[in-house]
Amino acid sequence: MRANVLARNPLAGAFLSEYFVLLLTVILFVALAPFAVGLASSESALNIVAYLIPLFIAGTGLTIVLITGGIDLSIPAVIALTSVVGARLMTGESSVISVAVGVGAMLGVGAAIGAFNGVLITALRLPAFMVTLASMLFFNGFAVWFTQSSNIGDLPANYLALGKQLPIALTAAVVIGVVFHLLLSRTIFGRWIYALGQNAVAAHISGVPVQRLTFATYVLSGFCAAIASVILTGRLETGSPVLGREMLLDVVGATVLGGTSLFGGRGRIYWTFFGVLFLTVLDTALNLMNLSQFAVTMSKGAVILFAAVIDATRRRFVAFA
Amino acid sequence: MKPILEFRKIEKAFFGVRVLKGISFSVPEGSILGIVGENGAGKSTMMNILGGNLRADGGEILIGDERLVAADPRESERRGIAFIHQELNLFPNLSIAENLFLTRFPRAGGLPWIKRGELNRRAAELLKEVGLDVSPDRSVETLSAGERQLLEVAKALSFNARIIIFDEPTTSLTSREIEVLFALIAKLRARGMTMIYISHALQDVFRLCDDILVLRDGEVVAHDATETFSTDKLISLMVGRSLEQVFPGRAKTRSGEVLLEVRRLVRGEVIRDVSFSLRAGEVLGISGLMGAGRSELARAIFGLDRRSSGEVRIHGETVRKSSPRAMIRRGLAFLTENRRSEGLCMDGSIAENLTLAALPIYSKHASGWLSRENIRTAVQKMRGEVHLDAKARSEQPIRTLSGGNQQKVVLGKWLLRNPKILILDEPTRGVDVGAKAEIYRLISELAGQGMGILLISSEIEELIGLSDCIVVMRGGTIVDELARAEFDRERILRAALKAA
Repeated sequence: MRANVLARNPLAGAFLSEYFVLLLTVILFVALAPFAVGLASSESALNIVAYLIPLFIAGTGLTIVLITGGIDLSIPAVIALTSVVGARLMTGESSVISVAVGVGAMLGVGAAIGAFNGVLITALRLPAFMVTLASMLFFNGFAVWFTQSSNIGDLPANYLALGKQLPIALTAAVVIGVVFHLLLSRTIFGRWIYALGQNAVAAHISGVPVQRLTFATYVLSGFCAAIASVILTGRLETGSPVLGREMLLDVVGATVLGGTSLFGGRGRIYWTFFGVLFLTVLDTALNLMNLSQFAVTMSKGAVILFAAVIDATRRRFVAFA
Repeated sequence: MKPILEFRKIEKAFFGVRVLKGISFSVPEGSILGIVGENGAGKSTMMNILGGNLRADGGEILIGDERLVAADPRESERRGIAFIHQELNLFPNLSIAENLFLTRFPRAGGLPWIKRGELNRRAAELLKEVGLDVSPDRSVETLSAGERQLLEVAKALSFNARIIIFDEPTTSLTSREIEVLFALIAKLRARGMTMIYISHALQDVFRLCDDILVLRDGEVVAHDATETFSTDKLISLMVGRSLEQVFPGRAKTRSGEVLLEVRRLVRGEVIRDVSFSLRAGEVLGISGLMGAGRSELARAIFGLDRRSSGEVRIHGETVRKSSPRAMIRRGLAFLTENRRSEGLCMDGSIAENLTLAALPIYSKHASGWLSRENIRTAVQKMRGEVHLDAKARSEQPIRTLSGGNQQKVVLGKWLLRNPKILILDEPTRGVDVGAKAEIYRLISELAGQGMGILLISSEIEELIGLSDCIVVMRGGTIVDELARAEFDRERILRAALKAA
């Protein structure tokens, strides 16, 4: 009853819609624009897009894992290790072939780490949290050891373009977003993923290949993180063993902020896009306001908490509808 | 003897269905009352009201001369009622002493500091009283089922219980443990303890109890001294002649080819050497009490649990690698007894749940791309076939539906796969009368179309009304088999109860 009354009111309708986080982003943008000098400029827009792309690509893989009720904490380790492995292979080279080999190796390593997680989680039935936490520590350490804690530069120019030329990265992000969205919404795979997250037992009894499916989600997540790494490494012009170290909380935070449940069963790729957009706009605005780093982190924490509270309230209403 | 416990016109209904219809009886102090009745007769409901887990809709309970105002387990406990449940209420990870004094640890002054010494001393006294010779600091998980049962009695004694209720206390005990328990019960009775003993094991009831009360469909149909009953009389009283349920007329059995063959199936101690076969167009009913191994049998056939030994053949072909996925491919479908936890994705919509098992059918090519049109048509068709509530939208979350409609969705989910063999485990549990009738109609129609149906049910009426043949399970094995002409409630119940 209450929800029906609310739904007829346009304001309440927006509050209840799944585009709510997008709306919050707009409000945030308008509210902060007067204080953050240059936020409403094409320069800052480009900045936001550039920063958003790797976050969104990694978040896409994570979204799928979260929908099954899992978690992938190894994303930063995948980014770091693929970055240094790719850079080691490509440094000093300039041919297109070496770039192809390097990028291929990066994607392969990412998928392999995902497969490693997936095997431990499905075959040994270990909790995803422990497995991916352990592999985050292990592969992070491995990346540092592999490079003796130094950066690897001198990368081929046509590789750097992948990160520095926005249209290429943007195309990659759009393609991944669209493909994964269709995968989730229009294929058997997608329907199974949601069923698995909602009730793994019922899914198993209904003939869903639960183990294979779970395995696949971690491979996809590793693969997506590797693509994010290709773009980030190119943009930085160096392979770095600490690349992506700060990214974990942003990826998880943005995905969950978008509305994907940590408990599985619900989530959408475009929700993740909204979450990432919200976080990136917030970050950019705070940085433009010339606040100290502490103030930036604190404000970020406060705003995310506030958004989470609003979102939780909102979801209680949606549950009535 | 003056009564220590008296029920006066106790009423209870669940969702408008009366399960207790004015129950009145009294128990003299220091006696043992046996309560018998079929599954669903209302025994547990009655005892849960006494134990304070449920609130009665009407009537009153007197303990001594005082009214019990409860619906609060702690109030019942304070008034001296100890309810020993079928599933014991112990914390296996804690010690014996901790379990005994969980809510009243002996403490040092007012401090939250537990006096270990006194705790163990008092626990040891209680253990001695029930004849349990173990150290009080042993953890409960190391105890056998029988020892845990004794511990429950010790717990009852620890708060000076005046009435102890036993609900099927012997189901998981060995015969030696049963003897120990019975000796303890006799000892307690000699000390003037009043006890209520609920059991399907009629020979135990005869042996232990002073009086027997027979419950049927929420009514007391007999309550008298034990000597006045015979096993035969007890069973016919339990069965009664009521329950006019309408079953669709089943066409005369024309047994088709054998679809499913189970040979010497064993799974640990739960299923012991079960063999049967199911033909096309046949409804094979499986009767038995809870814990007889019926659901476990279904799970083992469907590949959910591993088999220890034995064979499952489908269309004459032996199934080696069995998983639900492989079994579904071979044309099996399994509606489990737990609709919410095993049958449905409660957050999903009607359409999502209906199509879950059949998804691969709606995809034309290997990519798994789904045709929305095909899915919509299938959902529409199946909604009509199972007579799902027409007002419900297909996008509506399944949890907003009634139990009956939810069950129809589970059934529809399997029917969309066009199975050859359908295993139904308690298909009408928690389902309203109208939906029940429609599920009966569906079962009968599907069998008429040549499907082989394995029907597990605790309602004997249901089995008699629908089956072509009924097998009775007890203790993990088939103990009796009845063709349609031999259907007889008493014989089925007798076999299930082992009261031959």
